[in-house]
Amino acid sequence: MKMTDSVAAVQPAAFRLEGVHKRFRSKDGGDVVALHDVSFDVKPGEFVTVVGPSGCGKSTLLRILAGLARASQGEVTLAGKPVTGPSRDVGVVFQAPVLLPWRTVMENVLVPAQIQGRDVKTSTERARHYLQLVGLEQFHTKYPSELSGGMQQRVGIARALVNDPALLLMDEPFGALDAMTRESMNVELLKLKERTGATIMLVTHSIPEAVFLGDRVVVMSPRPGRITQIVDVDLPRQRTLELINTDHFGTYVSGIRANLHATGGLD
Amino acid sequence: MDLSKSESTKADLATSVAAKQPSGSSGAELFEQGINPIKRRLMIGGFFVFVILAWHWTVTWTGVSHLIFPGPLSVAKSVIDGFESGEIVRHLWVTLYEILMGFAVGATLGFLLGAVIGQSALMEAVFYPYVVAFQTVPKVAVAPLFVLWFGFGMTSKVIITATIVFFPVLANTIVGLRSAPRDQIELMRAFTASSWHVFRMVRLPHALPYVFAGLDIGIVLAVIGAIVGEFVGAQAGLGYLILQRNFSMDAAGMFAILIVLSLIGTVLHALVRWIASRVIFWTDAFADLSRST
Repeated sequence: MKMTDSVAAVQPAAFRLEGVHKRFRSKDGGDVVALHDVSFDVKPGEFVTVVGPSGCGKSTLLRILAGLARASQGEVTLAGKPVTGPSRDVGVVFQAPVLLPWRTVMENVLVPAQIQGRDVKTSTERARHYLQLVGLEQFHTKYPSELSGGMQQRVGIARALVNDPALLLMDEPFGALDAMTRESMNVELLKLKERTGATIMLVTHSIPEAVFLGDRVVVMSPRPGRITQIVDVDLPRQRTLELINTDHFGTYVSGIRANLHATGGLD
Repeated sequence: MDLSKSESTKADLATSVAAKQPSGSSGAELFEQGINPIKRRLMIGGFFVFVILAWHWTVTWTGVSHLIFPGPLSVAKSVIDGFESGEIVRHLWVTLYEILMGFAVGATLGFLLGAVIGQSALMEAVFYPYVVAFQTVPKVAVAPLFVLWFGFGMTSKVIITATIVFFPVLANTIVGLRSAPRDQIELMRAFTASSWHVFRMVRLPHALPYVFAGLDIGIVLAVIGAIVGEFVGAQAGLGYLILQRNFSMDAAGMFAILIVLSLIGTVLHALVRWIASRVIFWTDAFADLSRST
């Protein structure tokens, strides 16, 4: 935390969480603590992954950053400004691609641009650009039902990027995909990150995925959801799938797994 | 390779939709796939001939009077006579006008009010009890009042028809507007969508299959509404003609009108389904919905 504080002094953080708590009222009237004293910040251009078992509040954390939920306590800022609701500078990808089935791929990618009333011509150009980056440029007239699950999720990513958001939030974006598609999507996402320079926070329950993608891995434990560890991943920026088989990679994965064990996250 | 595969599945879907249309039935196509089209047509035609012959023989063998239960030949003759003399055609236009106008008015009001009520649980709590109270009153019982208020002309029938069509469209619109998946709405919100954007881009399109299911029920009810209105008091229309022929003991003539009415209902029903399949091209949910309702 000390180190990130000094960085924040030099350049404003892409986002910053300071002592964030989130409580829900359960059906029997009691309080459920979803997040307990969560603090960390992320530099512009950084790729942060948040890993933890289900129920650790990692999705709640993402929803708070997206402006879809409010913290019960604590400070949440995007580029120095407090988060009061959904922001035009944020792109979001959920686990399900949730494309609109009556819109073509291109029309789906343009949804955020239309919502925000952006210029049609430049938006279409950008949409074309991002569809090309996710490898779907020749599919822009197809309907979602004509695409595979992996392709649909890539459309979802292009859609999240179409307004050139400063921050991309991804909530288990590859959770519904088969293992092979998931791996290749991971590699593609890193390439995309390289080319766009976007700041990304990705939530996952897969430890290898978190290590493979993240510059830093935020490890969370459940009930109440809190950060138990923040791991700097000192692996080469250019990552390939072969990396997964190296000892170095394995050390990170087993280290995080041991941490989750110790905090009761893998019960 | 992925592409060609998905294209062929889309083509399959399109043909199955197209094949579904003329028969007007749904859910049967799975069973028909293996049967060759000539055999299929022979079976359909054969059964029709069987029904007509069974009707004819029953009437002849039992020796029942034509004045009470006419055979297919005298009914067919009456249909042809009715069209040739222009009598049926003249009354048909009146009834068809009442059906279509009543349907248009009832469906429009049902949809608009449904869109308002479907906005929130609060709106529903405030308005819906009145709608239900209105619906529980049998429209047939109210029909004489409408005739009293709006006269023996077509206006009273249009209004009766509209009140009958109104409810299924309204109820389906409300349910439909609630049917949009939560995460789709959340995602729109995350992209800073206003309630209007969410309504227009997500909730309304998601509601369309439900709305069309309501329209499908409504168009069939509209035929009943127009006839009921004409029974209560009218100067023209097929319902009026039924009563007139009833007074003159013309059973074959009444059967002829029933056939015309059933044809009107069938054609309008098929028309609504055809329009639905064009508008809601992205899903075959409409077929499932109308089957269940």
